[in-house]
Amino acid sequence: MAADSNIVRVTNVTKVFKLGKVDVQALQGINLEISRGNYISIMGPSGSGKSTLFNMIGGLDKPTSGKVFIDEVDIAQLDAYELAWLRCRKIGYIFQTFNIIQVMTALENVTLPMIFAGVNSDTAVEKGMQLLDMVGLADRFSHKPFELSGGQQQRVAIARALANDPAIVLADEPTGNLDLTTGEEIIALLKRLSQERKVTVISATHDFKMLNVSDQVVWIRDGLVDKIEDREELSISIGQIGTRD
Amino acid sequence: MSRQSLSDTVHQSEGVERLVVLPFVKSVEIAYKSIKVRFFRSLITTMSLVLAVSFLSFVNVSNDVVNGFLAADDPEMRRMIVQSGYDVGPQDTSVASSPKQRWIVILSLVVCVVGIVNAQLMAVTERFREIGTMKCLGALDRFILRLFFLEAGMQGLAGAGAGALAGAVFALLNALIRFGAAAITYLSWNSFFVSVFYSIGVGCLLSLVGVFYPALVAAKMQPVEAMRVEQ
Repeated sequence: MAADSNIVRVTNVTKVFKLGKVDVQALQGINLEISRGNYISIMGPSGSGKSTLFNMIGGLDKPTSGKVFIDEVDIAQLDAYELAWLRCRKIGYIFQTFNIIQVMTALENVTLPMIFAGVNSDTAVEKGMQLLDMVGLADRFSHKPFELSGGQQQRVAIARALANDPAIVLADEPTGNLDLTTGEEIIALLKRLSQERKVTVISATHDFKMLNVSDQVVWIRDGLVDKIEDREELSISIGQIGTRD
Repeated sequence: MSRQSLSDTVHQSEGVERLVVLPFVKSVEIAYKSIKVRFFRSLITTMSLVLAVSFLSFVNVSNDVVNGFLAADDPEMRRMIVQSGYDVGPQDTSVASSPKQRWIVILSLVVCVVGIVNAQLMAVTERFREIGTMKCLGALDRFILRLFFLEAGMQGLAGAGAGALAGAVFALLNALIRFGAAAITYLSWNSFFVSVFYSIGVGCLLSLVGVFYPALVAAKMQPVEAMRVEQ
């Protein structure tokens, strides 16, 4: 039962990228367990391998060795259909560059994953409007991405990520392209949604504003887990966080 | 009960395939909107097709006009035809396209396909991020394939339609100027429409052939590669 409460389990994951003739070891044996419903931040300097780890957890990339379990299913064992299903129903993605589909309106962007999931059009539109309302963009549903600000685009992305009620929301530097205030709003929104909807939020970031809302912070350094800090430990050491890299 | 769902559902392997879907109507809608939004780009992709198909249609309809005259079996007209440069023997009752003509038409169609492949590859590169995002949202390879083929089909239909009509109209005008109103009266409308629809069909086919490789590139792309691409 103890293992069952982990939504994500990463065991001994390594990843080697071949850059020409040079092998770059991005991950060198990561072990990580993430429990359900938590808000996790993966912190680390650029080049530490956090994006790579993040892609592994999202099933976007396969590890060179080791295993990634999502809901106790080894994702290396899944075929293309099952992987697509996992991306569609179990995981919601939020990106640094928003990645709203440019040719679609806000509402169409939010309904697209629901259409993939086989939800009929009317239900999808109804739920899409609810989600847009929830992120505060109900009145802009018919706008194209280029008519929305960065923060608004990220809100659409959050609504889209939640469209199929995923168990995990993966946010890759969600505030990286946003200014300070907008970034804070997005973080607050993510935190609120994770609590209301009991979603596990995993975000790769080097934005220290994220620490305040995280239940757990995983520090990655040189392809290894440096340390894992819970919220309580964090608040004790919060004075020195700003000085850390 | 969401806890047991993944391991259970994923392993009901027959069910899985049907779980991620893109209804045909919806894919037509997406493809149509995609063309509409990128109208100028689609126009350029289609332009070479329009030109090649209009040439094909022009050649065929011109032959139809001449065949109409020959069918009328009038020596005066036969003289007129020979005068305007057609290779007609005294016993011939119809002209088919000459090898040289055919060769030029085929060449123009080949150039047109190359142009389409080129333009579509560009379009795929431009849309890497969009395709990758769709894949992250759960799109299967064949959704992407289908979208690209639908877009190419629509572009093909529109482009070949416009090209075939333009070619036919131009051929008729040309005949009117050369031979006068007789060109229209003797023309067999049956073979005229066959020529036009034949050109449209060839155009659609070329458009689909041209998009095949680019669509495959798009569909096979791993989502993580798409995400790595800078804006």
